[in-house]
Amino acid sequence: MVDTSIIGRETQPRTIAVEQGQVQFFAKATGSKDRIHWDLEAAKAAGHPAIPAPPTFLFCLENLAPAKEASVLATLGVDIGKVLHGEQRFTYGAQIYTGDEITLTTKVVDAYDKKGGALQFVVSETSAVNQNGESVGSMTNSLVIRP
Amino acid sequence: MTELKYDSVAVGDSLPTHTCGPISRTNLAMFAGASGDHNPIHIDLDFAKKSGMPDVFAHGMLSMAYLAQLLTNWVPQKQLREYGVRFTSITPIHATVTCNGKVVEKFEVDGEKRVKVEIIAEVGEGVKTLLGDAVIALD
Repeated sequence: MVDTSIIGRETQPRTIAVEQGQVQFFAKATGSKDRIHWDLEAAKAAGHPAIPAPPTFLFCLENLAPAKEASVLATLGVDIGKVLHGEQRFTYGAQIYTGDEITLTTKVVDAYDKKGGALQFVVSETSAVNQNGESVGSMTNSLVIRP
Repeated sequence: MTELKYDSVAVGDSLPTHTCGPISRTNLAMFAGASGDHNPIHIDLDFAKKSGMPDVFAHGMLSMAYLAQLLTNWVPQKQLREYGVRFTSITPIHATVTCNGKVVEKFEVDGEKRVKVEIIAEVGEGVKTLLGDAVIALD
C-alpha cells in the first residue's frame, strides 16, 4: 500500500538556469525540425528574444534542477526499475526562453492504490515562475509503481 | 506558417500526421541526457532485464515531445494553453511513432476563442501508446 502521508509534501523552491545548449540538445534529441529551438537567428527572425524552450521542456528543468531534499520515490523506497509514467499534463503561462532562471516548487497532491494495492500511484504538481515573477506554467505528473 | 483562424477550423478537422522514428538506442541515450531523465530502464539493457523487461523501452516523454511537434507544426507554440497525455502502452525500442490529432470542440473562455484537439500516438499496427488532448487559442 502506498504511504499516503506523503500527500501535501512540498519541496523547497529550486531555481535552474535555462541553458541554450540544453535546449538545443533537447531539440536534437527529439528530432525537432523547427529551427527556432536550436538556431538563435531563426528564433529572433520569428520575433523571439532568445531560443524558446519546446512545450514539454519544463519536465526537463524539473529533472535537472538540483534537489534540496530526498525525492518522493526515494522517500517511499521505490525501485526506479518499477516506476512507469502514468500521466503528464502542462498548462502554459509566459514562454520559457534560454537565459531565464526558472524556480520550481513541487507538491504531492495525491497518492493511491489500484488493484488491491498492486499498483501505486503518486501524483505531483509543479508550479514554475521565471526571474520576473511571471508564471511560466505548471505541470501535473502521475507515476505508477508496479509490483 | 499560414496563420490558422478560429472560423476556418471545424470540429472533426484532422491535424497533419506527424511521424517520428524509428527510435534507436542512440536516440534514447540522447534523450536521457537532454531531458535529465536518467532512469536506466531506458538506456541500460542489463538493468532493464533485471527489472523484468525484455529490452529497454522509450521514455514516454520522448513520445510526448513528438506529439508536441504535431501541435506546433499546426499552430505556433504561444497559442498552446494546455497539453496533457495518458501513457497507455510502453513504446518499444525501434518503434516508429505516428502522431495524429483532430479538433473535438470549439469554445470561448474569458473572451479568448479556443479549440480542443484530441491527440494520439501509435506504434506498430495501431497500438495506442499516448492518448491526450490539447487546448489551443485561435484568433
